[in-house]
Amino acid sequence: MPSTFDTVANIISETCDIPRDTIKPESHAINDLGIDSLDFLDIAFAIDKAFGIKMPLEQWTQEVNDGKATTEQYFQLNNLCARIDELVAAKGA
Amino acid sequence: MRIEYFQLIDRIVDLNLADKTIRTEARVPDASTIFEGHFPGLPLMPGVLLIEAMAQTAGWLVIGVTKFTRMPFFAALKEAKLRSFVTPGQTLALSAKLLHEGSGFAVTKAEIRCDDKLACNAEITFRLVEFPNADFRASMDKMAALLEFPMGALAHG
Repeated sequence: MPSTFDTVANIISETCDIPRDTIKPESHAINDLGIDSLDFLDIAFAIDKAFGIKMPLEQWTQEVNDGKATTEQYFQLNNLCARIDELVAAKGA
Repeated sequence: MRIEYFQLIDRIVDLNLADKTIRTEARVPDASTIFEGHFPGLPLMPGVLLIEAMAQTAGWLVIGVTKFTRMPFFAALKEAKLRSFVTPGQTLALSAKLLHEGSGFAVTKAEIRCDDKLACNAEITFRLVEFPNADFRASMDKMAALLEFPMGALAHG
Protein backbone atom coordinates (compact mmCIF):
# COMPACT_ATOMS: atom_id res chain seq x y z
CA MET A 1 0.00 0.00 0.00
CA PRO A 2 1.52 3.35 -1.03
CA SER A 3 2.20 5.93 1.66
CA THR A 4 0.06 9.03 1.93
CA PHE A 5 2.98 11.04 0.56
CA ASP A 6 3.41 8.75 -2.47
CA THR A 7 -0.29 8.97 -3.28
CA VAL A 8 -0.32 12.76 -2.94
CA ALA A 9 2.92 13.17 -4.90
CA ASN A 10 1.58 10.99 -7.71
CA ILE A 11 -1.63 12.99 -7.82
CA ILE A 12 0.31 16.26 -8.01
CA SER A 13 2.64 14.89 -10.66
CA GLU A 14 -0.21 13.66 -12.87
CA THR A 15 -2.50 16.64 -12.31
CA CYS A 16 0.09 19.39 -12.79
CA ASP A 17 2.55 17.59 -15.08
CA ILE A 18 5.38 18.02 -12.57
CA PRO A 19 8.18 15.40 -12.68
CA ARG A 20 7.55 13.00 -9.82
CA ASP A 21 11.19 13.00 -8.65
CA THR A 22 11.09 16.77 -8.04
CA ILE A 23 8.25 16.41 -5.52
CA LYS A 24 9.69 16.00 -2.00
CA PRO A 25 8.07 15.78 1.43
CA GLU A 26 9.51 19.20 2.26
CA SER A 27 8.19 20.75 -0.99
CA HIS A 28 5.75 23.60 -0.57
CA ALA A 29 2.90 23.12 -3.02
CA ILE A 30 2.66 26.82 -3.84
CA ASN A 31 6.11 28.25 -3.26
CA ASP A 32 8.25 25.34 -4.50
CA LEU A 33 6.02 23.52 -6.97
CA GLY A 34 4.24 26.60 -8.32
CA ILE A 35 0.77 25.10 -8.01
CA ASP A 36 -1.89 27.78 -8.35
CA SER A 37 -5.28 27.80 -6.67
CA LEU A 38 -7.12 26.46 -9.73
CA ASP A 39 -4.76 23.52 -10.13
CA PHE A 40 -5.08 22.91 -6.42
CA LEU A 41 -8.84 22.37 -6.89
CA ASP A 42 -8.03 19.43 -9.20
CA ILE A 43 -5.55 18.13 -6.65
CA ALA A 44 -8.03 18.52 -3.81
CA PHE A 45 -10.70 16.69 -5.84
CA ALA A 46 -8.30 13.79 -6.47
CA ILE A 47 -7.11 13.68 -2.84
CA ASP A 48 -10.68 13.81 -1.49
CA LYS A 49 -11.60 10.92 -3.79
CA ALA A 50 -8.47 8.87 -3.11
CA PHE A 51 -8.81 9.08 0.67
CA GLY A 52 -12.58 9.39 1.01
CA ILE A 53 -12.30 12.67 2.87
CA LYS A 54 -13.21 16.34 2.47
CA MET A 55 -10.17 18.50 3.09
CA PRO A 56 -11.37 21.67 4.87
CA LEU A 57 -9.71 24.05 2.43
CA GLU A 58 -12.01 26.95 3.27
CA GLN A 59 -11.12 26.66 6.96
CA TRP A 60 -7.40 26.36 6.23
CA THR A 61 -7.46 29.35 3.91
CA GLN A 62 -9.35 31.39 6.49
CA GLU A 63 -6.81 30.51 9.19
CA VAL A 64 -3.96 31.58 6.92
CA ASN A 65 -5.73 34.82 5.96
CA ASP A 66 -6.41 35.56 9.64
CA GLY A 67 -2.77 34.98 10.54
CA LYS A 68 -3.65 32.02 12.75
CA ALA A 69 -1.67 29.57 10.61
CA THR A 70 1.07 29.64 8.01
CA THR A 71 0.80 28.24 4.52
CA GLU A 72 3.59 25.80 5.47
CA GLN A 73 1.28 24.17 8.01
CA TYR A 74 -1.14 23.12 5.33
CA PHE A 75 0.62 23.28 1.98
CA GLN A 76 4.07 21.89 2.70
CA LEU A 77 3.56 18.32 1.58
CA ASN A 78 4.70 16.49 4.72
CA ASN A 79 2.34 18.69 6.75
CA LEU A 80 -0.45 18.29 4.20
CA CYS A 81 -0.03 14.50 4.38
CA ALA A 82 -0.20 14.65 8.19
CA ARG A 83 -3.48 16.59 7.94
CA ILE A 84 -4.80 13.98 5.46
CA ASP A 85 -3.84 11.16 7.84
CA GLU A 86 -5.70 12.96 10.64
CA LEU A 87 -8.81 13.31 8.48
CA VAL A 88 -8.67 9.65 7.47
CA ALA A 89 -8.26 8.64 11.12
CA ALA A 90 -11.15 10.87 12.18
CA LYS A 91 -13.34 9.31 9.50
CA GLY A 92 -12.67 5.83 10.87
CA ALA A 93 -13.14 6.83 14.50
CA MET B 1 -33.81 31.77 -22.90
CA ARG B 2 -32.87 35.44 -22.91
CA ILE B 3 -29.46 35.42 -24.52
CA GLU B 4 -28.99 39.18 -24.21
CA TYR B 5 -29.34 38.90 -20.43
CA PHE B 6 -27.17 35.78 -20.30
CA GLN B 7 -30.15 33.85 -18.98
CA LEU B 8 -29.63 30.57 -20.80
CA ILE B 9 -32.17 28.36 -19.07
CA ASP B 10 -35.92 28.93 -18.82
CA ARG B 11 -37.08 26.66 -16.03
CA ILE B 12 -35.89 24.22 -13.41
CA VAL B 13 -37.88 21.06 -14.08
CA ASP B 14 -36.60 18.93 -11.22
CA LEU B 15 -34.10 19.22 -8.37
CA ASN B 16 -33.30 16.01 -6.54
CA LEU B 17 -31.07 16.68 -3.53
CA ALA B 18 -30.92 13.01 -2.55
CA ASP B 19 -29.48 12.01 -5.91
CA LYS B 20 -27.76 15.39 -6.31
CA THR B 21 -29.19 15.89 -9.78
CA ILE B 22 -31.07 18.62 -11.60
CA ARG B 23 -33.01 18.94 -14.83
CA THR B 24 -33.74 22.21 -16.59
CA GLU B 25 -35.13 23.23 -19.94
CA ALA B 26 -34.57 26.05 -22.37
CA ARG B 27 -35.81 27.09 -25.76
CA VAL B 28 -33.36 28.65 -28.17
CA PRO B 29 -34.97 31.86 -29.49
CA ASP B 30 -36.04 31.97 -33.09
CA ALA B 31 -34.15 35.19 -33.65
CA SER B 32 -31.17 36.95 -32.07
CA THR B 33 -28.46 39.28 -33.31
CA ILE B 34 -26.03 36.50 -32.37
CA PHE B 35 -27.37 34.39 -35.21
CA GLU B 36 -26.66 37.18 -37.68
CA GLY B 37 -22.97 36.60 -37.15
CA HIS B 38 -23.00 32.95 -36.08
CA PHE B 39 -23.41 32.29 -38.95
CA PRO B 40 -24.79 34.21 -41.95
CA GLY B 41 -26.95 31.71 -43.80
CA LEU B 42 -26.46 29.04 -41.10
CA PRO B 43 -27.72 30.23 -37.71
CA LEU B 44 -26.26 28.08 -34.93
CA MET B 45 -26.36 28.36 -31.15
CA PRO B 46 -22.70 29.07 -30.24
CA GLY B 47 -20.97 26.24 -28.41
CA VAL B 48 -19.73 28.60 -25.71
CA LEU B 49 -23.33 29.50 -24.89
CA LEU B 50 -24.31 25.83 -24.74
CA ILE B 51 -21.49 25.37 -22.25
CA GLU B 52 -22.75 28.36 -20.27
CA ALA B 53 -26.24 26.84 -20.29
CA MET B 54 -24.79 23.63 -18.83
CA ALA B 55 -22.88 25.68 -16.25
CA GLN B 56 -26.05 27.56 -15.23
CA THR B 57 -27.90 24.25 -14.85
CA ALA B 58 -25.10 22.72 -12.77
CA GLY B 59 -24.74 25.97 -10.85
CA TRP B 60 -28.37 25.87 -9.68
CA LEU B 61 -27.79 22.30 -8.56
CA VAL B 62 -24.83 23.44 -6.45
CA ILE B 63 -26.88 26.31 -5.00
CA GLY B 64 -29.52 23.76 -4.04
CA VAL B 65 -27.07 21.31 -2.54
CA THR B 66 -25.42 24.06 -0.51
CA LYS B 67 -28.85 25.45 0.42
CA PHE B 68 -28.16 28.96 -0.85
CA THR B 69 -25.11 29.39 1.40
CA ARG B 70 -22.61 29.53 -1.45
CA MET B 71 -22.47 31.08 -4.91
CA PRO B 72 -20.82 28.85 -7.53
CA PHE B 73 -18.48 30.54 -10.00
CA PHE B 74 -17.42 28.73 -13.16
CA ALA B 75 -13.76 27.71 -12.64
CA ALA B 76 -12.86 24.87 -14.98
CA LEU B 77 -14.19 22.92 -17.93
CA LYS B 78 -13.07 19.44 -18.91
CA GLU B 79 -13.96 16.94 -21.58
CA ALA B 80 -16.34 19.34 -23.27
CA LYS B 81 -17.86 17.79 -26.36
CA LEU B 82 -20.13 19.64 -28.79
CA ARG B 83 -21.72 16.73 -30.57
CA SER B 84 -24.34 18.24 -32.85
CA PHE B 85 -25.58 21.58 -34.14
CA VAL B 86 -28.20 23.40 -32.08
CA THR B 87 -30.39 25.76 -34.08
CA PRO B 88 -32.90 28.56 -33.38
CA GLY B 89 -36.24 27.34 -32.07
CA GLN B 90 -34.97 24.08 -30.63
CA THR B 91 -35.93 23.01 -27.12
CA LEU B 92 -33.08 21.88 -24.91
CA ALA B 93 -33.31 19.36 -22.08
CA LEU B 94 -30.42 20.04 -19.73
CA SER B 95 -29.28 18.00 -16.75
CA ALA B 96 -26.42 17.87 -14.28
CA LYS B 97 -25.13 15.65 -11.53
CA LEU B 98 -22.86 16.53 -8.63
CA LEU B 99 -19.72 14.40 -8.69
CA HIS B 100 -18.08 15.91 -5.62
CA GLU B 101 -18.74 18.66 -3.12
CA GLY B 102 -15.39 19.75 -1.79
CA SER B 103 -14.51 22.53 0.61
CA GLY B 104 -14.86 25.68 -1.47
CA PHE B 105 -15.36 23.85 -4.74
CA ALA B 106 -17.74 21.48 -6.50
CA VAL B 107 -17.31 19.18 -9.48
CA THR B 108 -20.27 18.39 -11.73
CA LYS B 109 -21.15 16.60 -14.95
CA ALA B 110 -23.66 18.20 -17.27
CA GLU B 111 -25.29 17.51 -20.60
CA ILE B 112 -27.80 18.86 -23.10
CA ARG B 113 -30.18 16.75 -25.14
CA CYS B 114 -32.19 17.89 -28.17
CA ASP B 115 -35.01 15.60 -29.27
CA ASP B 116 -33.60 13.04 -26.82
CA LYS B 117 -30.25 13.05 -28.63
CA LEU B 118 -27.10 14.04 -26.75
CA ALA B 119 -25.99 17.41 -28.11
CA CYS B 120 -23.15 18.25 -25.73
CA ASN B 121 -21.66 17.29 -22.38
CA ALA B 122 -18.83 18.33 -20.09
CA GLU B 123 -17.36 18.18 -16.61
CA ILE B 124 -17.64 21.57 -14.92
CA THR B 125 -15.87 22.69 -11.75
CA PHE B 126 -17.02 25.64 -9.65
CA ARG B 127 -15.40 27.68 -6.93
CA LEU B 128 -17.87 28.21 -4.10
CA VAL B 129 -17.85 31.50 -2.23
CA GLU B 130 -20.21 33.24 0.13
CA PHE B 131 -22.63 35.59 -1.58
CA PRO B 132 -20.60 38.80 -1.91
CA ASN B 133 -23.38 41.19 -0.90
CA ALA B 134 -27.09 41.49 -0.21
CA ASP B 135 -27.90 42.90 -3.65
CA PHE B 136 -26.24 39.97 -5.35
CA ARG B 137 -28.11 37.52 -3.14
CA ALA B 138 -31.39 39.31 -3.80
CA SER B 139 -30.81 39.10 -7.55
CA MET B 140 -30.22 35.35 -7.24
CA ASP B 141 -33.40 34.96 -5.19
CA LYS B 142 -35.28 36.82 -7.91
CA MET B 143 -33.77 34.61 -10.60
CA ALA B 144 -34.57 31.50 -8.57
CA ALA B 145 -38.23 32.54 -8.49
CA LEU B 146 -38.20 33.25 -12.22
CA LEU B 147 -36.78 29.79 -12.94
CA GLU B 148 -39.27 28.15 -10.55
CA PHE B 149 -36.51 26.92 -8.25
CA PRO B 150 -38.24 24.39 -5.95
CA MET B 151 -37.58 25.98 -2.58
CA GLY B 152 -39.56 23.19 -0.92
CA ALA B 153 -36.89 20.70 -1.97
CA LEU B 154 -34.39 22.44 0.32
CA ALA B 155 -36.42 21.58 3.39
CA HIS B 156 -36.50 17.91 2.49
CA GLY B 157 -32.94 17.57 1.13
